[in-house]
Amino acid sequence: MDTFSLAFFVLAFLIVASAIFVVSSKNIFHSAIFLILALSGVAGLFVMLHAYFLAAAQVLIYVGAISVLMIFAVMLTSRIADKEIRHTNEQVGIGLLISGGLLAVILYSLYNTPFTISDQPIAEGAGMTLGRLLLTKFVLPFEVVSVLLLAALIGAIIIARRDTKTGDSVPPRPIPLPKSLQQAKGESES
Amino acid sequence: MVSDFAAVAVFLIVGVGFVLFTLLLSKIFRPSDPNPIKQSTYECGEEPFGPSWIQFNVRFYIFALMFVIFDVEAIFLFPWAIAYQSLGLFAFVEMLIFISILLFGLAYAWKKGLLKWY
Repeated sequence: MDTFSLAFFVLAFLIVASAIFVVSSKNIFHSAIFLILALSGVAGLFVMLHAYFLAAAQVLIYVGAISVLMIFAVMLTSRIADKEIRHTNEQVGIGLLISGGLLAVILYSLYNTPFTISDQPIAEGAGMTLGRLLLTKFVLPFEVVSVLLLAALIGAIIIARRDTKTGDSVPPRPIPLPKSLQQAKGESES
Repeated sequence: MVSDFAAVAVFLIVGVGFVLFTLLLSKIFRPSDPNPIKQSTYECGEEPFGPSWIQFNVRFYIFALMFVIFDVEAIFLFPWAIAYQSLGLFAFVEMLIFISILLFGLAYAWKKGLLKWY
């Protein structure tokens, strides 16, 4: 087995194993951490496909930003780590059936697709080409992306601000006193 | 260019290996003598009580949201930076427009008092 295949199988194992941990972990925070691992593995796959810009975007946006957003959402939600809330899927049977069916369909179409292999060498310096195209031919879509991001930012602010206002008015959950302190309190009162 | 990433692989292997090796080494050499006082959370001499999992201030979320937006902006700086040498002033003006449109978003957040921590 050459180094390329070895790297692929290591990455594939990492992605699948951490993806299984994401859905099977009892603690939702651990799920988020394993999701970061799975997304990093996908970045590795992008590197192996010579898609360096995609790999950088994957690391910066998915591993860096989206996961931060998810971890913040977990940490900002009260009572999420409490034992009585189940976050594992209760319909494991149906889930397995559907994902197994999807896997079968994907495998079937993979085996029945005649993949043609190009004899062209892989274009190196794709980042340079991408940058040139973004700034010359596709300059309008490039600037529209900025407007789209602006709209997303303002929309997010408006939605999150409403939540913040109501969120601040909710009193924090009272922390139960330890047994020793409760006893001391009872003795001083009596 | 894929072979350039061999350095990344070496870094990953050495990084993960070092942590595992050190943990294994300390597990071999340290004495194991657990007791309830030793295992309790150290809190500057105070007796710890309550769960360590507290609800964080919702205000953190807005900072995370704004970070995501400006992170997406940052990813566009990479192809721009690579192609900058060959495009010159034209590329500079384009990126200036790109960033200044997003600056309106920052100004909006600032105006609405979202950057203030009170």
